[in-house]
Amino acid sequence: MSININGLSIDLPSDTRVSLLDLLRDHLDLAGTKKGCNQGACGACTVLVDGERILSCLALAVQYEGRSVTTVEGLSTEGVLHRLQRGFIEHDGFQCGYCTPGQICSALGMLAEVKRGMPSHVTGDLADGSIVLTRDELCERMSGNLCRCGAYNGIVDAIAEFAETTK
Amino acid sequence: MNSFTYARATDVADAVRLGGEVHAKYLGGGTNLVDLMRETLERPSSLVDVTGLSSAMTEREDGSILIGAAAKNTAVAEHRGVRTRYPLLARAILAGASGQIRNMATVGGNLLQRTRCAYFYDDDGSRCNKRAPGQGCDAIEGFNRTHAILGASPSCIATHPSDMCVALAALDALVHVTGSDGQRTIPFVDLHRLPGDSPEVDTTLKLGELITAVELPVLSFAQHSTYRKVRDRASYAFALISVAAAMELENGTVRDVRLALGGVAHKPWRALKLEASLKGRPATDKNFLAAAEEELAEAKPLNHNKFKVELARRTIVAVLAELAGDPS
Repeated sequence: MSININGLSIDLPSDTRVSLLDLLRDHLDLAGTKKGCNQGACGACTVLVDGERILSCLALAVQYEGRSVTTVEGLSTEGVLHRLQRGFIEHDGFQCGYCTPGQICSALGMLAEVKRGMPSHVTGDLADGSIVLTRDELCERMSGNLCRCGAYNGIVDAIAEFAETTK
Repeated sequence: MNSFTYARATDVADAVRLGGEVHAKYLGGGTNLVDLMRETLERPSSLVDVTGLSSAMTEREDGSILIGAAAKNTAVAEHRGVRTRYPLLARAILAGASGQIRNMATVGGNLLQRTRCAYFYDDDGSRCNKRAPGQGCDAIEGFNRTHAILGASPSCIATHPSDMCVALAALDALVHVTGSDGQRTIPFVDLHRLPGDSPEVDTTLKLGELITAVELPVLSFAQHSTYRKVRDRASYAFALISVAAAMELENGTVRDVRLALGGVAHKPWRALKLEASLKGRPATDKNFLAAAEEELAEAKPLNHNKFKVELARRTIVAVLAELAGDPS
């Protein structure tokens, strides 16, 4: 019974109640992923599972046996920040920083969804398979990540710029 | 959270065998159940993970689509056939929850999610007949701004939270289930119940029955459909009122119409009176309003949700006018 976290194979805890979030933070000392509401309302605990964004607080670790999880710690390589992380710094995409790891993981998952043509609530023509990531589209797709500091303008700018350079 | 055993079902028969055990629960994405377990409102002794069962989206020759119950919300909304032929369903799903939650949540789980009534969740401070049958309901005299205006009872005024289910009710979807007695098919509108005097029972499923698939029947005019959701913020909030509708016009006359309401009742509310009233009538705002009035005539608003009756009326008229304005 193992799970892959940022490239390392980890044994799952025997207690089935352990959430993926608690496994990361309390068992593996990967404290980058944050516990905000612990009930699926804030997005601070967002991680990527096989490239898809999910909420680790509503996930039992045991459900994800055999899957590959990427947390914010897994985004940088040898101490060099991911370009989206640098973008958050350049655009003042945070104040307290608590929501930031969730914002960044969510944005990466979101951009993969856009790339494959996934529509959103504000998409006009559902039949059109290509999405233009307007500000409205970006905000709607990131609505599951709250920022109590209200750094949304910087967050949107950082994600929009990264999206533009990785088209 | 109470302790529980966990097993992954290998096939439907395996799931039903494991799910038939006392205090067992089927587990989909867990986006509602894990939260309810953390709050100890649900205390299963075993979880049967059914996310490995069919998640296939099968388009059949007759044009119907069979959706495996383990399909993720994202996969259904993204499916080309759903987007082009059942846009009200794609739009309903995309109006619900967040990108992260839609990636986790399954179709079967969406159907069986529980109300978000705050009194239901407030185990320490409030009475709730759905949580503790016979206890009473503190929502009726409480802060009931988001509660039901149709089909409620003196024991429960909770609403069903799903967006997807509102579209499925309008489409007359079919729910395929398997239990220890074998398989059966339930018309979608009969899956959920009104509260009556047993609000602790959400659905007509028998103990241990597993939802295996949801079938979208052929409905030629479903491609001319939409879903509109009115809520307290622009995104990531439950509906105050929502409308799923499909309409077929012929020379300015309503040939056929399907409409269901969300946020108004203990179950997705199929507006049969409205549909009967509109069929064969000219597609005018005046007729849309008259039909909405007819459907809402029996609405019984509470202290804080009188606005919902007017909001439902206006949203129905706006959605039908939108569908009438674009005869494509």
